[in-house]
Amino acid sequence: MTGAPRGRASALLEARDVGRRVAPARSGKERWLLRGVSIAVQSGERVAIVGPTGAGKTVLLRALALLDPLDEGQVLWAGDPVPDEMVPRFRRQAIYLHQRPALAEGSVEANLRRPLGFGVAHGGYDPARTRQALTALGRDDSFLAKLTADLSGGEAQIVAFLRAIQLDPQVLLLDEPTAALDGEAASAIERLVEGWFSERAGERALVWVSHDHEQARRMAGRVMGLSAGRVAHVGGLEPDGPVTGQGA
Amino acid sequence: MTGQYIDLTAGQVAVAALLILVNAGISLALRLGMERRLLVAAVRTIAQLALIGLVLDRVFAVGRVEIVLFLMTVMVLVAGVAAVRRTERRYPGIWLNAVVSMWASSWLITAVALFGIVRVRPWYDPQYAIPLLGMVLGNTLNGISLGLDRLTQELEIRRDQVEAFLALGATRWEAAQDPVRRAVRTGMIPIINSMMVVGIVSIPGMMTGQILAGVAPLSAVEYQIVIMFLIASGTALGTVGVVLLGYRRLFNERHQFLVQRISKTE
Repeated sequence: MTGAPRGRASALLEARDVGRRVAPARSGKERWLLRGVSIAVQSGERVAIVGPTGAGKTVLLRALALLDPLDEGQVLWAGDPVPDEMVPRFRRQAIYLHQRPALAEGSVEANLRRPLGFGVAHGGYDPARTRQALTALGRDDSFLAKLTADLSGGEAQIVAFLRAIQLDPQVLLLDEPTAALDGEAASAIERLVEGWFSERAGERALVWVSHDHEQARRMAGRVMGLSAGRVAHVGGLEPDGPVTGQGA
Repeated sequence: MTGQYIDLTAGQVAVAALLILVNAGISLALRLGMERRLLVAAVRTIAQLALIGLVLDRVFAVGRVEIVLFLMTVMVLVAGVAAVRRTERRYPGIWLNAVVSMWASSWLITAVALFGIVRVRPWYDPQYAIPLLGMVLGNTLNGISLGLDRLTQELEIRRDQVEAFLALGATRWEAAQDPVRRAVRTGMIPIINSMMVVGIVSIPGMMTGQILAGVAPLSAVEYQIVIMFLIASGTALGTVGVVLLGYRRLFNERHQFLVQRISKTE
């Protein structure tokens, strides 16, 4: 199936028959965390991946971000595999956000500045833009001076989100970003993601992993179900076929 | 050597060995239950030192280059293995990494000493080559095991942070540099500390030995200063080497962090 001619333009981000297994323990047999899974995400599309714990949702999302070596299949960006030296540049455009926001010790502002020092970042820290985002969240400049150790779970997730979108990614890969949050913090994150997506709805795309079907329906135009490392079902809000250009 | 010293007889050594009874007495009086271990330790001390004494005696008597190099190789291998055995977390390839960096750093520094500083002729004269290498190895071993321990610990504990940086477009080096720096610093702390207090808090064993052997204190000090700098540079090279090799093992060219390679020892 790989290399077969396709009827339409290449997807923005695509996984083809990807598989990942755990290294066999001393005597145990190998186990596939994910196998034979394909997914294509078009520009302007919002896809949700749902499934029970252990279904391989995170494994698939990390595979899409090229964070783990694959044992089978490949991941394509705009139709092409990503060569080794282009991986950091690719990841800046398709950012994976952890379920547990991993912030470094120090202030919120220092955390926001850090990735802008990476070689692939272009443009420096923009205080005006950050302030604008904070105002929209009902927070002032004092938030920037806060130490990350003092943040609530929701605040930490917000900082991780702002840290990611200031790099202007084209795709966000969100791994249960609200799983550990209360209802109010969860809707704040949902609103932020909605806002980011609809800013340039035709270009941006997002993949949202959730175990919450209601949320998946709310946040995505298409839902893919995983079970035991395989695709269990594919369903759109519109029946059949890829759903593209779903505006907010 | 300039002075003379009192050659010990077997009887005198035996009297010193009886001092182990002090430890045994304390262990019995306080019911520490350490008698067995004390006995083993005492026997090992005597046996191991007697063995190395016999080996060195032969090597010194023969003084052939291939025998000296062979002994130096064995010393490096033993030190490399000892460095890894002290680590709490390991990864596939850690033994090779430790031996390679131990080998490269200690031989390079010892060569500098033999050819460039002490200017021994012939360069493989075991009277110089063996103790100089031994001093460098003993300390590089510390640096390497501390560096490895800290590197794997930092990477495992800060895994989420390292991966968050990678996910934001950091290269593997950008993502790993904080843990790498901490690991190198940790490996170099002991030697810097001992350079700070040498001669004040501690009189190094080698200098003590030379003085006992009748060398004038100022000459012994000159040697000790040379040794301190050899040790410091050897430790730095060995630590940096092993930490960088470990970094390359734990991050692949695709800028992926292979945390599953790190495993804890029981």
